[in-house]
Amino acid sequence: MALLVVAEHDNKALKSSTLHAVAAAAAIGGEIHILVAGRNARPAADAAAKVASVAKVLLVEDAAYEHLLAEDIAALVVKLAPNYSHVLATASTFGKNFLPRVAALLDVAQISDIAGVVSPDTFVRPIYAGNALATVQSKDKIKVISVRGTAFPPAEAQGGSATVETVAGAGSAGLSHFVGAELSKSERPELTSARVIVSGGRGMQSGDNFKLLESLADKLGAAVGASRAAVDAGFVPNDYQVGQTGQIVAPELYIAVGISGAIQHLAGMKDSKVIVAINKDEEAPIFQVADYGLVGDLFKIVPELDAELAKRQGS
Amino acid sequence: MKVLVAVKRVIDYNVKIRVKPDKTGVETANVKMSMNPFDEIGVEEAVRLKEAGAATEVVAVSMGPQACQETIRTALAMGADRGIHVLSDAELQPLAVAKLLKAIAGKEQPQLVILGKQAIDDDSNQTGQMLAALLGWAQGTFASKLKLDGGKALVTREIDGGLETVELTLPAVMTTDLRLNEPRYASLPNIMKAKKKPIEQLTPEALGVDVTPRLVTLKVEEPQKRQGGKKVASVQELVDKLKNEARVI
Repeated sequence: MALLVVAEHDNKALKSSTLHAVAAAAAIGGEIHILVAGRNARPAADAAAKVASVAKVLLVEDAAYEHLLAEDIAALVVKLAPNYSHVLATASTFGKNFLPRVAALLDVAQISDIAGVVSPDTFVRPIYAGNALATVQSKDKIKVISVRGTAFPPAEAQGGSATVETVAGAGSAGLSHFVGAELSKSERPELTSARVIVSGGRGMQSGDNFKLLESLADKLGAAVGASRAAVDAGFVPNDYQVGQTGQIVAPELYIAVGISGAIQHLAGMKDSKVIVAINKDEEAPIFQVADYGLVGDLFKIVPELDAELAKRQGS
Repeated sequence: MKVLVAVKRVIDYNVKIRVKPDKTGVETANVKMSMNPFDEIGVEEAVRLKEAGAATEVVAVSMGPQACQETIRTALAMGADRGIHVLSDAELQPLAVAKLLKAIAGKEQPQLVILGKQAIDDDSNQTGQMLAALLGWAQGTFASKLKLDGGKALVTREIDGGLETVELTLPAVMTTDLRLNEPRYASLPNIMKAKKKPIEQLTPEALGVDVTPRLVTLKVEEPQKRQGGKKVASVQELVDKLKNEARVI
């Protein structure tokens, strides 16, 4: 039995999300292959070959895959899939975009966002914003699976020595074209791989006030996140959103500032190891999941916390 | 140009769901049901296209038991022109729904099919992409902006790192994200008018689609509850606890 993990990468490097899918593949068991499809993607393929427990890297070089468009990646994966028992990708917006196409073209169900492996055909996945866990069994010959990254600690990025095999592409169907991207530029870690996250909600009152959180984040080496309310209000861009339909995170420390804690938000962060809540409303539901709650005015507390951290770092 | 919008009847997003004691699923009896919020955004976008003169007709489709007609009526009250209901009491999984929608697209020949990016009950995030694949069409998922331009659609997509814009050749499938628009509330006169709009009823058999589930749900359980609720009195105490008790800073 061999499993195919479809790598998320930017041609130059492997995205850390891929390591979570490899970990899920390892939990299922079998020989793990990684597909790196891209343009001038040899560096990403070399990185994939170093990932522990990977046996083979399939490198497909074609201009059609430069922007990893769903239509073209899916057609390629469908071509390769009959050699595999399982096809996996992390449930990032990349995986969510192309993987259901693969499943449909193979005429199999997709098992979305798995958070646990019971056996090679049985998996646990959260439903209803994580308020229930379903154990599902697939009757299909090929299991197409998206993986909840936070549920599987990443595979080691080093230590492996897989062979890199060059494979022919499937070309572009020309259905869609990449026009452009506006990517958030930040020196801070990515939300899904950050050890600490400082998140702000409606209580921040403005985008400008997020500077308070950024200062805190810089002292903690943290990423900055937000609730849907803060994104909808235009305080911060969409890629900050943590929640059921945003990004799912599980850092060591999650600091929720001015976030009331709607179930949709909790769905995205309640697996964090330690949760801190700062909110002026002591009845806010966020306190029910917080390990340490601090009731009060965030505009007083956050600068105080910032100063306290600065003081301790200085000493 | 005709626009097809898929709408799903789900447990209302404000309801705190309860897992059934026998672990077979989630309690749906006597629970408030509503249109999936992402599908509301889809209906709104389709109706705006019609209001702008870009679409000539908006058809709302739903699948499931008889009660799905209420969901279709909601779409009609928001401004859709007519409805199609695929009646089935079976569990309809995303692949089956995509096949049913494909069959309907074959009859209706829309230029654009709009779906919510995910339903808030099973959180699958599959149906739109599956439909696009089965039709051999382009897809623009997680859309926060749509611009039609001749035979093309420019779709701005919310992705993990920011925004991405793709150009799709029509006909195409689009799935909605939260920032695409703010759905309207249906006015009372429009709710009354919607009662007179036609809803065609079909069945999976009539559409020639086998809807047998491919995934078997063995059990549904409640997740472990988080032990929270502790409070600290000061910033000093918080930092001390984080350092010495939780050891995370």
